[in-house]
Amino acid sequence: MQDDPVIRVVAKVLIPAIMLFALYVQFHGDYGPGGGFQAGVIFAAALVLNAVVFGLHRARQVWPMRYNLMGVSAGVVLYGGTGVWSMLAGANYLDYFALKADPKAAQHLGILLVEFGVGLTVASVMVALFFAFAGRLTHIRLVAKTAAHEAADTDASREGDAA
Amino acid sequence: MGMFAVNAFLLLLLAIIAVVALRVHRLFTLVILSGAFSLTAAAQFVVLDAVDVAFTEAAVGAGISTVLALATLSLVPREEKPHAIAPLPAIIAVATGALLMVSIGDLPQFGAADAPVHVHVAPDYISGSAEKIGVPNVVTSVLASYRGYDTLGETVVIFTAAIAVLLILAGWTRAPYRREDEDQNRASTRNIRDKQEDAG
Repeated sequence: MQDDPVIRVVAKVLIPAIMLFALYVQFHGDYGPGGGFQAGVIFAAALVLNAVVFGLHRARQVWPMRYNLMGVSAGVVLYGGTGVWSMLAGANYLDYFALKADPKAAQHLGILLVEFGVGLTVASVMVALFFAFAGRLTHIRLVAKTAAHEAADTDASREGDAA
Repeated sequence: MGMFAVNAFLLLLLAIIAVVALRVHRLFTLVILSGAFSLTAAAQFVVLDAVDVAFTEAAVGAGISTVLALATLSLVPREEKPHAIAPLPAIIAVATGALLMVSIGDLPQFGAADAPVHVHVAPDYISGSAEKIGVPNVVTSVLASYRGYDTLGETVVIFTAAIAVLLILAGWTRAPYRREDEDQNRASTRNIRDKQEDAG
């Protein structure tokens, strides 16, 4: 697939558009259908498309695995941290009214933060799982290669012993 | 009449896909069929005015799940192993399905205002979403504000599941590196032993 110019060009046009759409779904979730879960999956789809068209190796250069691990944790920390912030402001855990003086603005801020946390976690989890599953093939080839090398090594040493 | 035709078409399509998926043994066909099932279910959710659920079903069920299953397909054989129908699970599945079909008659009419689910907390959420929270999408205000704890729990579930899956996959794939380490350790201990013997 990496050699097909049509697929490469279409993917190059589509990937930024998909990412932009994911951000729209993420931050427009208050007004229309959408939210963190859907946005996270759509953003992950852009990175998966990148990996499918341009190869897993190049996708991992663009978006290293450690970004995924940081994103998975950062999303949960952002969500839980919003709750801690509202506690520090003197209200119950995840009670957004304490975040700002204006109640509606406070709710907006709280929902925006936790939805972004959800989106971050979901996107990172999806990309991490795809990288892990797709990377298995490379690793299995590596295991087979190592095993073949070891077999060759033992054969060579046996021949050496015989000599 | 038009609505009935749309519903009948989508439900018939779902049933056909399910039956075909049962009879197919090629795993690639099975993955594509499950993606098609999710997409049809998403269309059904749109008909039921549950656009947020439809969005999730289309993105997760038809999109990412299919891609993950395809990535897994490259690691497993092409065909499902032939096996006979197990009697006990089949009986349990058919009995549960029959009970559910019987209990459909006791459900309130779709969209009925006096349905139990619509008289408990839902009116508060629907009026409060606009007046107190100022978020037009009621689904978002329930998900992120009224039911913030549940969504936090869901996020932690996704987090935990991802960590577990990554640990399982990493535990296996590190094998060649560990073997190299062991070889190096063995080599270094051999060197030390040799030196000790030389000294002795």
